[in-house]
Amino acid sequence: MSAVIDLDGLSLRFGRRQILKDLRGSMSGRSIGLLGPNGAGKTTLVHTLLGFHPPYAGTARVFGKDIIRHAKEIRGWIGYMPENDAFIAGMTAVRLVRLMAELSGLPPREALERAHEALFYVGLGEARYRTIETYSQGMKQMAKLAQAIVHGPKLLFLDEPTNGLDPPHRSRMIRLIKDIRDNGDVHIMLSSHLLRDVEECCDEVLILKQGEIATYCNLEEERKANLKFIEVETRADNSEFAEEIGKLGCEYALLGQRKLKMVLPAGIEIRDLYRVAADREIQIRRLDYKRDSLQDIFLKAMENNRGGL
Amino acid sequence: MAVYERTYRSYSGELTPGWGRFLVLPRYAYQTVFQSRLFVAFLVACFVWPLVLAVLIYLPHNLRFLEMFQLQTADITNIFKYDAGFFFYWFMVPYQVVAFFMAFIVGPPLISVDLRNNGLPLYLSRPFSRSEYLLGKSAVMLILLSAVTWVPGLVLFAFQSYLAGFGYFREHFAVGIAIFVAFWIWILILCLLTLAISAYVKWKPVARVALFVIWFVFGAFGLVINLLLRTTWGSLIDIGGMIQVVWAGLFGIESPVQVPLWAAWASLLIVCVVCIALLRRKVRAYEVVR
Repeated sequence: MSAVIDLDGLSLRFGRRQILKDLRGSMSGRSIGLLGPNGAGKTTLVHTLLGFHPPYAGTARVFGKDIIRHAKEIRGWIGYMPENDAFIAGMTAVRLVRLMAELSGLPPREALERAHEALFYVGLGEARYRTIETYSQGMKQMAKLAQAIVHGPKLLFLDEPTNGLDPPHRSRMIRLIKDIRDNGDVHIMLSSHLLRDVEECCDEVLILKQGEIATYCNLEEERKANLKFIEVETRADNSEFAEEIGKLGCEYALLGQRKLKMVLPAGIEIRDLYRVAADREIQIRRLDYKRDSLQDIFLKAMENNRGGL
Repeated sequence: MAVYERTYRSYSGELTPGWGRFLVLPRYAYQTVFQSRLFVAFLVACFVWPLVLAVLIYLPHNLRFLEMFQLQTADITNIFKYDAGFFFYWFMVPYQVVAFFMAFIVGPPLISVDLRNNGLPLYLSRPFSRSEYLLGKSAVMLILLSAVTWVPGLVLFAFQSYLAGFGYFREHFAVGIAIFVAFWIWILILCLLTLAISAYVKWKPVARVALFVIWFVFGAFGLVINLLLRTTWGSLIDIGGMIQVVWAGLFGIESPVQVPLWAAWASLLIVCVVCIALLRRKVRAYEVVR
């Protein structure tokens, strides 16, 4: 798959403070999660890709176009949902969304039509003629999403989309993000500090730490890889069992008399372990395959100094 | 994304050309501005005086009127000379104030409403640059102010030229140019000043007060400096006064404010540079704390 975002030594400074440090890598996922603790540079990275801040060094490419030389063209492909409240005082939702569609290049008639559609889509159909300052926090978030998708972008930047949402609104927002991901040809970059949001919506994750890339990984592949780590607890002494699985080609480590950890080689399945245990009349009391959650990946990334793409 | 389907659909239709998208902003601004009946009444009132002047220009050429009052053309043209002074004192000077009040009504909310609720990232995350944003916001003022200043001014000049004949037009051609250039200078300064204030003061009433202060209070302060220090250089902080000096230079008449022409130009240039610097600083998607 061709890269959605290419980071080519991207660095950014605000005065003497270096915010992004030599970011390198290529991201091609359908939905990319941007994770990191507060102040890691997530929002700044999004802003830099949007052309709000000129890079200090290096550059980045969005769909192969340089963010410095083709900033305007790139912004034509992007929909952006900012983190904080963003609206124009005294404007109704439908007027704001229509204005934004027209600024993205839609003719007035199409812009109006899509503004209505976008607001119905995010669930603000009945409230679309109200001014946005009268909206609740949840409705404001939905209005921001509507203006971000109204022009049918190829890449959607969502900056903390579930900020300040109660559980029903949050699940609605997540459902919409998944729907956009699955039903269009749009790529999503979701910046959040909520691991659960990223885990639910994203297939790839980029973790930033102090302006550097700590980890970039494909969540599904990471999970598949971790299926191979097995932890077994037997009822009696496990040395005989360990010997047998060693013959199968498994690497193992004994953790006392009844526990052992192992790595299954290719071609060996869990049912083979049960077969060995049955042959040797060994009772398996517990068998866990360790499945890394995003939290594990995140914590590992925070412990490491630097990860690569 | 049809309503009945309630699902996401990307857009594949045609797009408007990028060069004209800044005009979307004035269209939306006018929809808001023209909702106010007071503003519409003010706009209509702005055209009353040019109409009166048009009548004054027409009267010496209306034989029935001259016969009715037993007047000669010269009786009227001796009072109203229809030269540079006529256009300067009877039209330019009052419409300098009219343009200011138009800017006073329309200008202050232009950028402040976007900044107050963090609306700028919404504009600037689209294929729409800061320059286009400012051009769009300026266009709101430029179009409205043009409609009440140099456009009626040139119509009056054309009307007078039509009635007085080609000889008059040839002789006073520079007056037409002066009307156009002088009002454009004033419009640009008003536009920059109003937008800069609007960008710096996010609250609309305070922005209006700031504009009022810069216009009237600075003028009065300049006068006080002149009186106390027995000089004329205090007028340099009176933007309205400086405009009149530049205008007088363009019309080739004596300036009511005693400041050298180059100093007036320099003063206005400094105002423009300061305003542009303020706009460059404030009109950003996000303000960076360094």
